[in-house]
Amino acid sequence: MLAVEMKGINKTFGLVKANQDVHFCLEQGEIHALLGENGAGKTTLMRILYGLYKADDGEIFINGQKVAISSPKEAIGAGVGMVTQHFTLVPTLTVAENIVLGYTNGLLLSHKDIEKSVADASEKYGVDVDPSAIVKNLSVGERQRVEILKALYRNARILIMDEPTAVLVPQEVDVLFESLTRLVKAGLSVIFISHKLIEVMAVCDRITVLRDGKVTSTVKKSDTNQIELAKMMVGRETFGIKRQPSKTIGKAIYELSGITLEGKHGRKILDGISFSVATGEILGIAGVSGNGQGELTHVLTGLMKPTSGSIKIEGKEISHLSPGEISDAGVGRTPEDRHEGTIGDLTVSENLALENLADFTKNGFVDQKKINESAKEKIKEFQIKASPNDQLRKLSGGNMQKVVLARALSRKPKVLIASQPTRGLDVGATEYVRKRLLEEKEHGTAIVLLSEDLDEVLALADRIAVIYEGCIKGIVPAAEATPEKIGLLMAGAG
Amino acid sequence: MDDLLVSLVGATLRVATPLIFATLGELFCERAGILNLGIEGIMFLGAFAGFTAASLTGSLWLGLIGAIISGMLAGLLLSLFAVRLGVNQHVSGLGITLLATALSLFLFRVIFKENQNLPSVVPFKQLDIFANNPILHEIFSQYLLTYIAIAIIPVVWFIIFRTNYGLKIRSVGDNPEATDAAGINVYRLRTSALVIGGALMAIGGAFLSIAQLGKFTFGIIEGRGWVCIALIIFGNWQPIKVLWGALLFGGVQALQSRLQITGIKLPYELFLALPYIVTILALTLAGRNASYPAALLKPYRRE
Amino acid sequence: MVKFKIERAAAPFWTKTLIPIVAVLVTFLITSILIVIAKANPFAAYYHLLIEPLSSRFSLLEVLVKSTPLILTGIAVAVAFTSGYFNIGAEGQLYAGAIAAAWVGSTFVNLPAIVVIPLMMVLGFLAGIVWALIPALLKIKLKVDEVVTTLLMNSIMVYVVSWLLNGIWRNPETGAQQSPEFFEAARYVKLAARSRLHLGLIVALVVVAIVYVLIKKTPLGLKMRAIGASKVGAQFAGINVNRTMLIAALVSGGIAGLAGVGEIAGIHYHLINELSNGYGYTGIIAATLGGLNPIGVLVAALFIGLIGTGSLNVSMALRVPVYLGDIVQSTLLLVTLAMLLLQNYRIKRI
Repeated sequence: MLAVEMKGINKTFGLVKANQDVHFCLEQGEIHALLGENGAGKTTLMRILYGLYKADDGEIFINGQKVAISSPKEAIGAGVGMVTQHFTLVPTLTVAENIVLGYTNGLLLSHKDIEKSVADASEKYGVDVDPSAIVKNLSVGERQRVEILKALYRNARILIMDEPTAVLVPQEVDVLFESLTRLVKAGLSVIFISHKLIEVMAVCDRITVLRDGKVTSTVKKSDTNQIELAKMMVGRETFGIKRQPSKTIGKAIYELSGITLEGKHGRKILDGISFSVATGEILGIAGVSGNGQGELTHVLTGLMKPTSGSIKIEGKEISHLSPGEISDAGVGRTPEDRHEGTIGDLTVSENLALENLADFTKNGFVDQKKINESAKEKIKEFQIKASPNDQLRKLSGGNMQKVVLARALSRKPKVLIASQPTRGLDVGATEYVRKRLLEEKEHGTAIVLLSEDLDEVLALADRIAVIYEGCIKGIVPAAEATPEKIGLLMAGAG
Repeated sequence: MDDLLVSLVGATLRVATPLIFATLGELFCERAGILNLGIEGIMFLGAFAGFTAASLTGSLWLGLIGAIISGMLAGLLLSLFAVRLGVNQHVSGLGITLLATALSLFLFRVIFKENQNLPSVVPFKQLDIFANNPILHEIFSQYLLTYIAIAIIPVVWFIIFRTNYGLKIRSVGDNPEATDAAGINVYRLRTSALVIGGALMAIGGAFLSIAQLGKFTFGIIEGRGWVCIALIIFGNWQPIKVLWGALLFGGVQALQSRLQITGIKLPYELFLALPYIVTILALTLAGRNASYPAALLKPYRRE
Repeated sequence: MVKFKIERAAAPFWTKTLIPIVAVLVTFLITSILIVIAKANPFAAYYHLLIEPLSSRFSLLEVLVKSTPLILTGIAVAVAFTSGYFNIGAEGQLYAGAIAAAWVGSTFVNLPAIVVIPLMMVLGFLAGIVWALIPALLKIKLKVDEVVTTLLMNSIMVYVVSWLLNGIWRNPETGAQQSPEFFEAARYVKLAARSRLHLGLIVALVVVAIVYVLIKKTPLGLKMRAIGASKVGAQFAGINVNRTMLIAALVSGGIAGLAGVGEIAGIHYHLINELSNGYGYTGIIAATLGGLNPIGVLVAALFIGLIGTGSLNVSMALRVPVYLGDIVQSTLLLVTLAMLLLQNYRIKRI
């Protein structure tokens, strides 16, 4: 009897078909990997199983019984537990208190009793935790174990782990795998969402590869290897790029050297990132989300300072400058999250002018006329469907992104940091933005393109760098990029 | 000097009583993540409601119950704004203070008319313990409410740290998202904290009108509410430490009034301002590492 | 029971203009209940509250007198709130300005008005800044919440004033707790005969105009609005968030200080304990009602002044307690808060 069977699952969000006719089975006592790149549909599928989303069509069977799960509470009741990258722990409470929160009976809280209860569970499942420790003081790996034990404490027989190693250091990863193996021996079944081939091949029994919302195939580990999986994940035979070396590429103008960002407990979120970009070149940074792109973007745009390393534009060091100073130095920036990087309550023209107010100041006052004129120009140039005095928050995502781009380009930067430039945009807006980026490149701007959309990177970049676990795994000229090569790099192998 | 010391101890306990009640009430609210700036107004409301109910019914205990009900209603009102609607906590709390104060004054005038003599009730009697020993008598002949105040502190401690309800309160004040994920109703939880808190604050106010004074005067609270906010930070959000803070402040106030009588000229204002100054220092030293319930001041809205 | 949830959605366009009107109507509806409890006719009460004060010259001028400090504290709070800095300490900053004014106004006996008055205002403004400095620095350097610290500073100021009035500024002859009388030149000139209306109103209006221009028309004002709307967005755009917020906090304190100067130099001519009737807190109401817009704050402050004057009329004419005015104010605040929510959110039935 299958532990879980999901048949014919369909889920659409707006225009995006997140899951299309997906069939997925989890056998009893196995660790089953769900492999795929960004947007493949793996997390969506599991959220449906855990009751966070409701499938448009399809059926779910748990242990042979058909179930209708419409909330995490019901999922837990059906024996399904999920551990995600965002821990839902209360830092000031103890491990035991966190585990029993919301799962207690009666009025009184006896620390002795709950700690014993948790210690018993810890021993039973072989998941090592200290019941009386305060969560605030635990390492990430220890916290993850608490999350796992939380699920087991509620009698989960099926455990969904969503990108569990994204936040762990290598030693903790080994400990996690040992725990999972032990749990499976004790009768649990595990679904392991990942994009990391090495890990998948190390700990999983079977692998289902998803691409673009559809199941590519389901294979046994013994029947496949990393190269095959990489190809399945990235899903095309060749990328078909027949690019000539671009005529516009000049000298290196923007250089990163050894950029490292340390987080809590010494974990290296970015580890020795080095690359350079020449004028008239687009360097695309590809990678599965969660490998440090967000933090790299923050460092490049000045919102975070690197722990060590240098960033130079035309030889000038800018790694420790504020966002304003970085912009002054000739680096145009778009934010990873356009809602964070813009001010919804201000108008379009105010947002456009905000980065270089000095140019729009006359006699100490804001030159409203100049701001509006400049805004009108940009609106025309970038085909933004809005008027200068519209409140920014009223614009559609596509138009907001155009405003962001217009602002980044308004000072004629030598270097452009384009982060997730087409995320959430419709086809028309996406095409426009990409066209614009290529135009900038033609004019000699050096562009760093960070995108979770591999197709986008492939379409635009002259060279492709792959980021994995905070490092640049390899930089490949576009003409040499094959699905195999890129897929392996993105999945941590190769 | 002995007399001074002895009467000081007795007075300290008396002065500290309303502070203990109100601070424990605010503690409940803040532990759940709400900075209740309505405290000054709710104390005032409690003083008014307690006095009025006692005066109209002739029973002091009914007066106390009236105060408790008024505090609970005020807490409920604040929760409508700060919890359910998720409006700015500071401004809505201040609004409650202003409204509760104005309402109390208004209703007092309506009920008792403009009397030349301030209406009064026969207040609670102080317990006559140790009548034979002058020293012990001075210290221990406190109001019953004072003993209740001190007895409540371990009760509050127990509720917060040793019951499931307290676990949920601590959880929601630190991480409402996690609490929500654990299947607990964040809104209901915070509302309950505000209602309990309001009741305690109102008792604190009522103590002044139906125990200590026997009257309801317009300056009856006079900033004690704000002291409580300082005392909580001072006491690092722990009930037992709050007791020491309240006693310290009570002691200083008692000392001040005694010194005034004896004519000793000390800058007693300095002492009275001390808790506030020390609290600011404490905040400076701890910075963001103070044991702030992490979710204090952020309204929770499940997007 | 009908369940509802609140979700972020663009509000219908008509909400912005309609909110104050609906808020006022709802408030009056609610307060009518209390008027009835006081055995009076609500309509008569509202006449005395709102119309009557405008019907006589003296009364009208009194409304302006009452509004003067509120305009300043309201603007002070609005400036701070606009930048995302929650200055609850206007009350203490007001007294700081008053102390400075009291010192100037009783010390520099030989200087002419043309020197003394500006001197008083400048020092009053600076005093307000000084009193706002500590919480502002704590917020910027150590991220300490300014709501608590500014509130604590208010309480400390109460004792500072009391200490001054009990000590060096206690009248040696009468023992009264008040500072020495202002000499003639230091007093704000009266604007209208047979009334209490004084220069302070002009000062307040000038400040409104300056702040309006500052917030709507200068780069600093744009930066302040940016930070208040989205700290991260402002940071990304290269704005120095810390410096701008500091400026906003200090300017706010200074303006509140001016309110204190006005009350002393225009009305009392010496420092007393009860100089302010909670003007710093009422300023928060005015700022909120006015939607943080300087003109709106001006209107709100005038409205509150109107209610303040009117409530005396109501109490005299109908024997409704004078506190009706305070109830109207605070209810209006709460109702407005709830309605402002509708601007950014929508309540949906589920």
